[in-house]
Amino acid sequence: MRMACTISKPSFHSSTRSILCLIFALGVLATAHSGLGQDTPLISGGAGLLTETNGGKTTYNPIIEPLLAAQLGKKVLVESRAALLESFSPKGGGQPGYDHSHFIGLTFLQGDYIATPHATVVGGEFLIPFNTYNERLTPIWIGNFQDAPLIFPLGLLASGGLGGMVRGNAIASSRYSINYNYFYSTRSGNEQFSSSRGTGGRVGLYLPEQRLEAGFSYDRILQGTHENFYGTYVWWEPEDAAFRLRSEFGRGEHAQGYWVEADYRTRAFGGLDSIIGRFEPVLRIQQTFRLNTIASDGLPPANTQRADFGLNYNLPHDIRILTSYARQFSTTGNHNVWETGIVYRFLFPAWKGRE
Amino acid sequence: MTSKYFLFVVLVMASVSVLALAAQKSDAPVTASTTKTPVATKRLLRQADEGQRIFEQNCTRCHASPEGFSPRISGTIVRHMRVRASLSRHEEEALLHFFNP
Repeated sequence: MRMACTISKPSFHSSTRSILCLIFALGVLATAHSGLGQDTPLISGGAGLLTETNGGKTTYNPIIEPLLAAQLGKKVLVESRAALLESFSPKGGGQPGYDHSHFIGLTFLQGDYIATPHATVVGGEFLIPFNTYNERLTPIWIGNFQDAPLIFPLGLLASGGLGGMVRGNAIASSRYSINYNYFYSTRSGNEQFSSSRGTGGRVGLYLPEQRLEAGFSYDRILQGTHENFYGTYVWWEPEDAAFRLRSEFGRGEHAQGYWVEADYRTRAFGGLDSIIGRFEPVLRIQQTFRLNTIASDGLPPANTQRADFGLNYNLPHDIRILTSYARQFSTTGNHNVWETGIVYRFLFPAWKGRE
Repeated sequence: MTSKYFLFVVLVMASVSVLALAAQKSDAPVTASTTKTPVATKRLLRQADEGQRIFEQNCTRCHASPEGFSPRISGTIVRHMRVRASLSRHEEEALLHFFNP
């Protein structure tokens, strides 16, 4: 299964150390400033049961992705996201029963310091801010599809970032805003905080009245064979249309590709919360192009085209049903991917705060 | 075969885009109230409107609105989103006011 959480942290297999890290994160939260009514630490995230049938083989994946966030004083925020995943698949060779594996790990654990109105300093383990998918759409309760796009691994430096980042809003007005980030990640072989040495950043221009955003990403891996990665993205959400169009292009030394995704909900039959309005058709097309035979970047080894058709349903109480069918074309073989899932988004105080 | 398939998909996406635009509803113009409102109340209403606008322009681009949450965590939510969505301090304050009118 091609899930974002497992791709971003493929080396997390030690349950004991992962649990220790989770306990550490909880310890940080326990020391958090509980504020005056509005600053109580929170637990958010998603829990779901996802299934995927790829080339005739079905896997079942119960998953929980909790996020913890706590303010320490007026300028510091500590936040962490983890992934707890169990995967079941039928045993091959006509044997009865299921094989299963599990994965527990921190996706990120970072401290944010609001240094100035326009700059926030981030330290710790963070998501590499290359293009938009990794930072914005990887939570299971946000993504329209279970699968990440094919070009998702491009620019992520093979793992998360461990180091520092400066980010913020350089200019903000009612007509336009410019956001930016710059990061430096050090090399780490630690099992829980593995990372590669690299640097890069992103600049984005957002036009709120047009609901249009476009940006550019660049990063460079600074260990082993130094390589550059480039990316651009365009997001558009027309006002009052409940329609979203997202797209990204990424290019590395050995491959490039793009994806375009659209989703829509209608208000025509009683609004978004009507029976019909809760349906959400989704469509994504993507292509990857292999520039040479070195396939170390995680993209398919041959040129690939894929179309995903989804129909999601947004139930009350922050529950979502995800269904999709995809057809993938490649010289190495064509195949179908069927996916279904149900996801619950939770959001509540970590404990009772002061009123 | 593959090219035709993708051409079909692109046409479907274009059709969906056009339908979505056609389905856009222009909000009914907000009519000014004829009754006099205290200045402080007007300011609060203006701040709430701005917070709602910022919420719609920034938060719902990525995800659906939660059905509800405790006001005790509204400050933490807004701070988290300030970092994640690169919001300005003004936008953070307006959002906090929108969550706690």
